[in-house]
Amino acid sequence: MKEPDVIEGMEVVYRKPQTLTATPMHYCPGCSHGVVHKILMEVVDEMGIQDKTVGVAPVGCSVFAYDYMNVDMQEAAHGRASAVATGIRRVLPDTYVFAYQGDGDLAAIGTGETVHTVNRGENILMVFINNGIYGMTGGQMAPTSLLGMKTSTSPYGREAAVNGYPLRITELLAQLPGAYYVTRQSVHTTAAVRKCKKAIEASFRYQTEKRGTCFIEVVANCPSGWKMTPNEANDWLEKNMFPYYPIGDIKAPKQ
Amino acid sequence: MIRGTIVVDTQICKGCELCITACPQDCLELSPGLNQKGYRYAQLKNDTCTGCVNCAIVCPDCAITVYRQAKKPRSVAVTA
Repeated sequence: MKEPDVIEGMEVVYRKPQTLTATPMHYCPGCSHGVVHKILMEVVDEMGIQDKTVGVAPVGCSVFAYDYMNVDMQEAAHGRASAVATGIRRVLPDTYVFAYQGDGDLAAIGTGETVHTVNRGENILMVFINNGIYGMTGGQMAPTSLLGMKTSTSPYGREAAVNGYPLRITELLAQLPGAYYVTRQSVHTTAAVRKCKKAIEASFRYQTEKRGTCFIEVVANCPSGWKMTPNEANDWLEKNMFPYYPIGDIKAPKQ
Repeated sequence: MIRGTIVVDTQICKGCELCITACPQDCLELSPGLNQKGYRYAQLKNDTCTGCVNCAIVCPDCAITVYRQAKKPRSVAVTA
C-alpha cells in the first residue's frame, strides 16, 4: 500500500483504505463495483476487524475481488457464495463473513442457495450487486432486467409474456424469518454512498449479536452493458431502476 | 474559507467523470493528455477546492487522496 504524499500545511482527510491492495481494479470506468469494494473495506478498516474478516468472492465481474480486498478471501462456484460463507461462519464462529455476489450469481443460478441460506438465518452478510444485466459475459438479460430493457439476448426489449417479470429477490427474502436486516441501497451519489456504508457497518455489528442474515442489495450501474457513459448510466438508474427497485430498508430490526 | 486540494493517481484513474459531476465547487476537469492505459484522467482546473471529499467518495478506483488545510492550534489565553 502506497503512502500518500505529504503536502506542507495540509492534512490528509481521505485516502484509499489500508484494507484495499494496491492492485488497480479491472472494472470498466464508472462501475459501481469499485465503490462497493471501497466502502466495504473502509468499514473493515474502521472497525479494526481486518484479521477476523473472511470474504467469499463470486463468479461474475467481481470474480477477482480477492485481488483487491486485503482480507482472507475464498472463491466460490457460480451462485454458491452464500453456501460457502455458511460453512466458513459455522467452522469459525468468531469471524465476520461476507458473501459478495452479483445478480446473475445470486438471483439466477444461486437462487436456491440464497433462499435457503437466508431461511436458515446464517449469521453472515450478503452483499448483492443488482445492475439488471450479466455484465461479464457481454450484457445478456438477467432475471433482474427491467421490462422493456434492451440487452444482447432481448434486442427488442424484455417482454413479460416471453421472459417473465423482473425478480425482486430482496422483497422475497425479507419475508423469511431468518432474515434480520434487509435493505436496498445505491452508490450513485455521495449521499447514497454514505448511507450504504452505514448499512454495511450496521450489518457487521449485527453479526456479532448472532441475530440472523443481513442482506444488502446495491442497485448498481453497468455503463458498458447498458451502452452509456457512467454519468448517463447513473441518470438512467435513477429514472428506470428506482421506480421498480425502491431504495430503503425493507426489514429493519426494531431499535 | 477552508482550502483543500486533491492528488489524483493518474495511472489508475479511468476518466469516468463521476468526480466531476460530484464536485460542488466545479473545480475538476479531464486532462488533455492520456495516461498509460489511454484514459484522460481527472485533474484540478482551479484552486477553489475545499477538501469536501465528495469526489473521492464516488471514485470507483480510489484514485483520489484529499487534503485539507491543517487546523491552527487554538491560541491559549495567557493571564498575568
